[in-house]
Amino acid sequence: MSELKLMKGNEALAEAAIRAGADAYFGYPITPQSEVIEYLMTEQPEKSTGMVVLQAESEIAAINMVYGAASTGKKVMTSSSSPGISLKLEGISYMAGAELPAVIVNVVRGGPGLGTIQPSQADYFQSVKGGGHGDYKLYVLAPASVQEMADFVEDAFDIAFKYRAPVLILSDGLIGQMMEKVYLKEQTPRLTNEELIEKHGSWAVTGRKNRERNIITSLDLQSEKMEARVHRLMRKYEQMEKEDLRFEKILCDDAEYLIVAYGSSARISQKAVELARKKGIKVGLLRPITLFPYPKQALFELADQVKGILSVELNAGQMVEDVKLSVEHKVPVEHFGRTGGIIHTPEEVLEALEQKIINNGHIRHHKTRESSIL
Amino acid sequence: MDILDIIKPENQVFCKTKLMTDTALSYCPGCGHGTAHNIAMEVIDEMGISEDTIGVAPVGCSVLAYDFMNIDITQAAHGRAPAVATAIARTWPEKYVFTYQGDGDLAAIGTAETIHACNRGENIVIIFVNNGIYGMTGGQMAPTTLEGMRSSTSPYGREIESMGSPLKMTELIANLPGVYYVTRQSVHTHKHARKAKKALQKAFENTRLRKGLSFVEIVSNCNSGWKMTPNESNIWMEENMFPYFPLGDIKVDGKLK
Repeated sequence: MSELKLMKGNEALAEAAIRAGADAYFGYPITPQSEVIEYLMTEQPEKSTGMVVLQAESEIAAINMVYGAASTGKKVMTSSSSPGISLKLEGISYMAGAELPAVIVNVVRGGPGLGTIQPSQADYFQSVKGGGHGDYKLYVLAPASVQEMADFVEDAFDIAFKYRAPVLILSDGLIGQMMEKVYLKEQTPRLTNEELIEKHGSWAVTGRKNRERNIITSLDLQSEKMEARVHRLMRKYEQMEKEDLRFEKILCDDAEYLIVAYGSSARISQKAVELARKKGIKVGLLRPITLFPYPKQALFELADQVKGILSVELNAGQMVEDVKLSVEHKVPVEHFGRTGGIIHTPEEVLEALEQKIINNGHIRHHKTRESSIL
Repeated sequence: MDILDIIKPENQVFCKTKLMTDTALSYCPGCGHGTAHNIAMEVIDEMGISEDTIGVAPVGCSVLAYDFMNIDITQAAHGRAPAVATAIARTWPEKYVFTYQGDGDLAAIGTAETIHACNRGENIVIIFVNNGIYGMTGGQMAPTTLEGMRSSTSPYGREIESMGSPLKMTELIANLPGVYYVTRQSVHTHKHARKAKKALQKAFENTRLRKGLSFVEIVSNCNSGWKMTPNESNIWMEENMFPYFPLGDIKVDGKLK
C-alpha cells in the first residue's frame, strides 16, 4: 500500500527500489550513501519480494554483478558515491556497449581524489560527458528532493528497459542525507521468471530454451559492426532527446534574469528566486531534471527573453559549459558555485546573481562592444 | 562398406560435439582451448542442462567462447566473470552458471573477484585455463608464468626477485570454506581430456546439488605464445608446468586432500 513517511533521501531511494519490484541490488559502502545498503540489509526484501541484496567486495565487483543480473533481464540497481562511481565506470561503459538496462545511483561528494564526504555536484562532467571509455551517453536524472529520490527509481527503470541502456540517478550528499516527507507508492510485484522470459527473452541470457542462443557482449572485432553498434547507440540517444527530456521552468514567464540549476542547487536557487522577487528583481529558474538529454532548446528560447543567465552548481563550473552551448552567446552566462562540500545559501546565490549578472558593467560593456562590431 | 553405410547413424562412433557451433575456432592450431570447450559442452549436453545453463566468457583468447558454445553466454569485463556469475546465480538459483577464464583474467586483474566469489561459496563452476601466458595480447607475462620463462614482458625470463613467484591461485582458493571442489586437470591427451571431463561432470553435478563453488583448473599449452610447435609445447608443459602445477584433486566434497 502507498504510505507517507519521513525519510532520508538514501532510505527513500532504497525503499522505492523494493517497491518498484527490483530484482536485485549490489553495492559497496561509501559515505554519503551507505544508508542505501544498510536500509536494504535491514529490510531484507529477499524475504518479502524476493529481491536479492548483496554487499560486494568492491564497487567494481558490484557494477559487474549488476552487469550479470542485467544480462539476464533482471531489474537491478547499484549505488555509490563519487570515488566509487569512478571505479564503476568501466562496467558502466560495458553496459552501455552491451545494451543492458540498469539503474546506477551516484550520491555525489566533493572531489577530486578522496575529496570530502560533504555534498557536491562536481561529477556533472563525469555523468553527462561519458565518464567511461567510448562513444556512449547515460540518461541522467537529477532529483532535487527526497520525493524525487523515491520517484526517480521507477522512472529510471522504465527508461533503462525502454532503451536497454544504463540510467544514472545523479543525486548528492545533501539530497541523500536530508529528511523530508515522502509518498511511497504501493508495491509493484516483481516479474516471475516466466514473465521475464516472455518480455526480455529476445535478448536476455536466461538459458537457450525454444530459441537460438542469446549473447551479451560489447565486443565487435569487425570495424563495420562496431560502427553499426555505435550508430545504434546514437539513435537511442537521439530518441531520448526527442521523447524523454525533462525540465521544470519556475517563474520564467516574466523573467528578466535566469538561474539554471539542478538537484540541491535548484532547491537553494528556488529560494534565491523568491528573495530576488521580494526585492523586485524578476528572476526565473530553469531546472534541468534530465542532465542528458539537456533542455537545450528551452534555454535557447529563454535567452531571447532574459538579460543574463547564472548557472548555479556545487562545483567549480561544469554545467555552465552546456548552458553556454545552448544559448549560443545570445546573452552573458556566468557560473556561481561553492566547492569542497560547502553549500551555497540562497542569499549567496542572489548576491552572485546581482554581482555577476545584474550589475556587471563588464558584461554590459562587452555586450555593447560586441553589438557595435556586428 | 560403402560411404552410405558408413554415414548411417547406427555406424557412427564419433560426432561433433552437439553444443559446439559450426563457427571455426579462433584458437591457434594445437591450443588446448578447443578441447576444453569441447569437454565442457559435452558435459552440459550429456547432463541435459543446455537450456538451463548460462555461461560467462572472459577477456582473453576465450573472449569469443560465445561464438563456439551453443548456449546463452554473457561476456564479462576483464577479470570480473566471477562477479557477473555471482549475480546470475543469485537471481536465477535454479540455473547452471559457469565462468570460463584464463590466467591473466582470473589470477591477475580478477584476483579479488575470484577470491570473493570463492569465499562466498557461490553456487557456480569456475573453469580456469592456465597456460602461463597472455595469449590474446601476444605473449606477455602472466601471474602463472614460470620462473625463468620468457615472454614479451619478461624477455630475459621471469625473475622471482623483481616479478614475484608464479601464483598458485587454485591452492589459494582451495583453503576457503565456501569452496566445495577444487581440481587441476589437463587436456593435452585423450586420457587427460577424459579425466578433465569427469572433473567437469562432478563440478556441474555440485551445482545441481547446490554444494557451492567448484573450481576446475586446466593446465594448458600456448604453443604460439611459448614459441613452440604444438607437440613441443605439450612436452614442455609436462616437463615444466606439471611439476609446479601438479595435476589431481586438491579438495573434494569440501575436504582438502
